[in-house]
Parts: sequence; C-alpha cells; structure tokens
Amino acid sequence: MKRRDIILTIISIVVLFLFVLYANNNFNPYQNRILNLCAIYVVLGLSMNLINGFTGLFSLGHAGFMAVGAYTTALLTMSESAKMRTFFLEPMMSPLDKITLPFFIALLLGGLLSAFIAFLIGAPTLRLRGDYLAIATLGFSEIIRIIFTNTQTITNGALGLKSIPNNTNLWWSYGTMLFTLLVMIALINSSYGKAFKAIREDEVAAESMGVNLFKHKVMAFVIGAFFAGIGGGLLGNLLGAINPMMFRFILTFNVLLIIVMGGMGSITGTVLSAFVVTSGLEYLRVLDESINLGFVQIEGIPGLRMVVFSALLMIVVIFFRNGLMGTNEFSWDKLFNLFKRRPFSKKGVGQ
Amino acid sequence: MSFELFLQYLTNGISLGSLYALIAIGYTMVYGILRLINFAHGEIFMMSLYFAFYGVTMFSMPWYVSFVMAIIFTAALGMLVERAAYRPLRDSPRITVMVSAIGASFFMQNLGIVIFGGRPKAFPNISLLTDVIKIGTVTLQRLTLIIPVVTIVLLFGLLHLVNKTKTGMAMRAVSKDHETARLMGVDVNRTITITFGIGSILAAIGGIMWGSRFPQIQPVMGLMPGLKCFIAAVIGGIGNITGAVIGGFILGIGEIMIIAFLPDLTGYRDAFAFVLLIVILLFKPTGIMGEKISEKV
Repeated sequence: MKRRDIILTIISIVVLFLFVLYANNNFNPYQNRILNLCAIYVVLGLSMNLINGFTGLFSLGHAGFMAVGAYTTALLTMSESAKMRTFFLEPMMSPLDKITLPFFIALLLGGLLSAFIAFLIGAPTLRLRGDYLAIATLGFSEIIRIIFTNTQTITNGALGLKSIPNNTNLWWSYGTMLFTLLVMIALINSSYGKAFKAIREDEVAAESMGVNLFKHKVMAFVIGAFFAGIGGGLLGNLLGAINPMMFRFILTFNVLLIIVMGGMGSITGTVLSAFVVTSGLEYLRVLDESINLGFVQIEGIPGLRMVVFSALLMIVVIFFRNGLMGTNEFSWDKLFNLFKRRPFSKKGVGQ
Repeated sequence: MSFELFLQYLTNGISLGSLYALIAIGYTMVYGILRLINFAHGEIFMMSLYFAFYGVTMFSMPWYVSFVMAIIFTAALGMLVERAAYRPLRDSPRITVMVSAIGASFFMQNLGIVIFGGRPKAFPNISLLTDVIKIGTVTLQRLTLIIPVVTIVLLFGLLHLVNKTKTGMAMRAVSKDHETARLMGVDVNRTITITFGIGSILAAIGGIMWGSRFPQIQPVMGLMPGLKCFIAAVIGGIGNITGAVIGGFILGIGEIMIIAFLPDLTGYRDAFAFVLLIVILLFKPTGIMGEKISEKV
C-alpha cells in the first residue's frame, strides 16, 4: 500500500469515527436504529459473501447461524430478574438462569458457538455440491429454528426472549463493522483468499493445483458463521426482543439480496448495498402506510413493500447480473483516476 | 398401539405421502431437465389453492369446473414463471438462476399476501371428497383413499408420457444435453416450458387435494411443503419420477409414524424431513433410484 493510501484510509476511519460521534448525540432514535441496522447488515452481508461470493458455496443457512448468535448473546447478557420475568411459563434451566456476562464476552461466545455449529454442520455437508449444499444448509437452519421453538427451558420456545438489554449502539455496531471489514480484506488478500477464489472459479482445477478443497471450504464456512453469529448477537441486543419466527428463511433471503445486489464476491459492493438495501427497506415503508397528500388520501397496501423488493431483486438478477460492483473493489487509485478523467494512467501506452 | 390405530396412522401417512409425491414430481422433472431447484414450485402449489378457492367462493362455479380452471391457471402460471425467471438466465451461473428462483418465489408469496390477505382462509368443503367413511374399524375421509389412487394413476400416465411419446423423448434428450438436443432438432425452450407446465399441473392437483384434506390456506403455506417435497425428490433420487413418488411416500409415512410412535417429538415434526435429507445425502447422495453422475471437467 502506498503512503498516500494509508493516510487516506486513516482519514476515512477518523471521519467515520466523527460521524458516529455526531450521530450518537444528534440523531433521533429511529435514525440511529436504521444506522445500526445498516452496520449490522454489512457484517452479515460480508459473512455471507465470504461463503457464497468468494468461495462459491451456495449456503442458505445464515438465519440459523444468526439465531445461534442472537440467542447466545441475549441469554448471556440478560439480567437474572429479566430472565425470571421472561421465563414465566417454565423456569429456565439451572446454570443459565444465574449467568450474566459483559456484552463483549457474550457476543464473542455467540460467534464462537455459531462457528462451532457451522463446523459440525459443514464437516458432513460441504462435501455436497451446489444445490444439495443449498438445501442441506437451509434444512439445518430450519432445524435450528425448530429446536429453538421446542426447547422451552433454554430459549423460552415460541414466546421468544424479551427485555434483552439494549447494549448495541452505534459504537458497537460500527466498531464491529470496521473490524469485520478489516478481517475480510486481510483474509481475501491472503493466500487463503486466493484459494477461496480458486475454488469458486473451478473446483477441479483448484484441487489439481493443490488447494485442499475440504479444508478451505470448512474454513470459509466457519469464519462466515462466526461473523453471522456476531451479527445476529448485535441484532438481538439492538431489537431487545427475539423469537424463533424472526429467523425464518426470509432473513437469509434479505442477506442474500444484499450480496446479490452488491455483487457476489465484492466487499465494497456488499458494504454499499447493505446501506442501500437496509435504508431502502425502511424508506419503502411508505408503501405500506397511507399517504396523505392534503387533498387526497392514498391508502397504503400492507405488504406491498416486500412485493416491490422481491421484484427489485429479480430485476437486478436478470438485467444487472453482476450487481453494483461485480467482483470489483474500491481502491484509492480508481477513485483518483475517476476524478482525473485519465483512466488507466498507470498502465501506460496502448490502453 | 392397537392394530386399528396403526392402520389409521398408516392410511393417513400414505395419503400425506401421495400429496408429497405429486408435488415432488414437479421438482424432480424440473431438476432433471434444468439441473436446478425450482424454488418457486412451493408458491405455485400455494397459488393453485387460491385459484381453486376463488373459483368456488368468488365466481361461485361448481367445484369441478373451478378445480379444472385452477389446474389450467396454475399450469399457465408455472410456464410464466419459467418464462420470466428462468429463461433470461439460461446460460448464467447456477447461483444466479437460483437467486432468481428464490426471488420469484418470494415475489409470489408477497403478492399473495397483498392480493389474498395474510389471514388464513377456509378452503371450500366438497362433501363428495371429505365425507367420512368407515372400513371395518378404521374411520377415514373418502379423500384418504382417493389421493393415493390419483397419485398412482398420474404416475403411470406420466411415465407413459415420458417414455413413450415424442414430447417425453424430447424431455429426456434435453435432460441429457441441451446443445445436442438442439442439434437434433428439439425445441429446447418449448420442451422446458412443457416440463414446467406438467410439473405445475401436478402441483395443482396435489394442491387441491391438500386443500380438501387440510382446509386452511394462507399465502405462506407453500414454503414448508415445497421444501419437504424437494427433500422427497432428493430421497428418491432427483431426476427420477418413480423415485420422487417413493420419496414422497417415505417422507409422508415416516412423518406420521414419528408422531404416532413418539408423541414427544411432535414439535420436531418438520425437522424429520431435514434430518432424513441429511442422512440420505451423507450415505447415498444420489438417492434411492438416482443414477450416478460422474464429474465432468
């Protein structure tokens, strides 16, 4: 990296820091919540992009990993009295009801547990190809959800958890986002990252070049699940209440939408589209509510938002197959070239 | 457990299995020809129920007319989905097509919520189908016997179509290799559309019987049966029609028997299919009737 780029990167991180500081004090709770959601969806999108976009494994199990992370974090951070109040149907299992841990440790444990479960799931299923993997991971995420619905003494079953402490704030979510971003960039540019991409392009060729397919697939899967668990944990402690119905397939679909719109295999694209999609989903709420234009009242149609959104996804997939960024990444050079209007200036003659 | 009770459960399992089988055939046919999961199939199944429902309640048609109309509309819908979500992506990577299929599925589901409303509706009760009859000591709805018979008849009809007719030959050719089939003068797109149409017709027949058997319909009901039937198709060996029917029966009977013998696990009923899927994938990835596909480089 050039000296200029390092300085610019540090400056943009400082700007982000100042922005969070400003937003924390001046924005209203609704805006802050959307900003939080954006950052969390960046984490989720990056984790799914590592599995689906960079390694080319079609995994649909994200909601399950998020559920594991969200439940672990929530259960470990809830206070004893909150647990007493929430588990009114059946008391909670004995050691768990007394434990209350700091948010950071709980979050980390949530991620680790999610990664561990991903390892258990991945070891058998990652030998499957394409569609079979998709359906098997989807199956696992459904199984996790069904288990959570039925374990009354651990997860409070279908009632879900309430009064989870609202630990997630802009600092946590943007800090995690930055951390995830840095880890992903480092990972993708390492030799592991190159192996992941090789697997995506052609498994047989990668294997014959000496890439250990199974090891790398499990690795991508486990790291992805770790960050998915962390994202889920942040989400649970942001919302304050979770239940198993939250973690249906539609949640996986939302994250999938983000990475497809951003471009499968582009970190920049995922970040951009996480912001666009999340805030877009919020602003499209207009469609569900009635609009008052002063002289005429347009009745809102509940549910229209999701119709528009799924239609949007199909349009993107069919007409803009590569999403926002394709597999391209942001770099300072490209940005400067854009302003100088001298494309490919580094590459010299003939371009 | 008494023998009568066991018989009762068995008949219930067989009829549920036949319903799974009908929907699974649609998955297996599309997979066989395009090598991709038709994620929208569950929603097509759901739509067929609403077509039948509105035919009877809103247009007050006699039920048989309404059902035939529903089947026709569902077939048209299936072909439309193929035209809109699959055909533009014929040469794209598989992941893209799958995302598009999932998009189509969610689009229909959400459209269903907007148009039909999210609240469950009661499917019309056709007394000819739902009357309770008694055979010896076993009490069951007439439907419980009708469903397996219909499934078996349709299975043989379909096998005849695929193995003996020209369309079926075209289907088999396309499933082996699109390019070669095209060179041999097969209209690939038309064949694929027909496959989607046939799959949708079977889904509609399955859907209507499903609605009569479990008379509560809602827009989100397609997802679970859709997933389970895909699993049934995988268990039987995807791409193989007889396999899909066998898989459907295994899944349906297994699910009912789990509830019958282990009532404690009732909450885990939906998990059974997924556990079975994973076991099958681990030990016999090609399914019961599937043929081994060697890897092409």
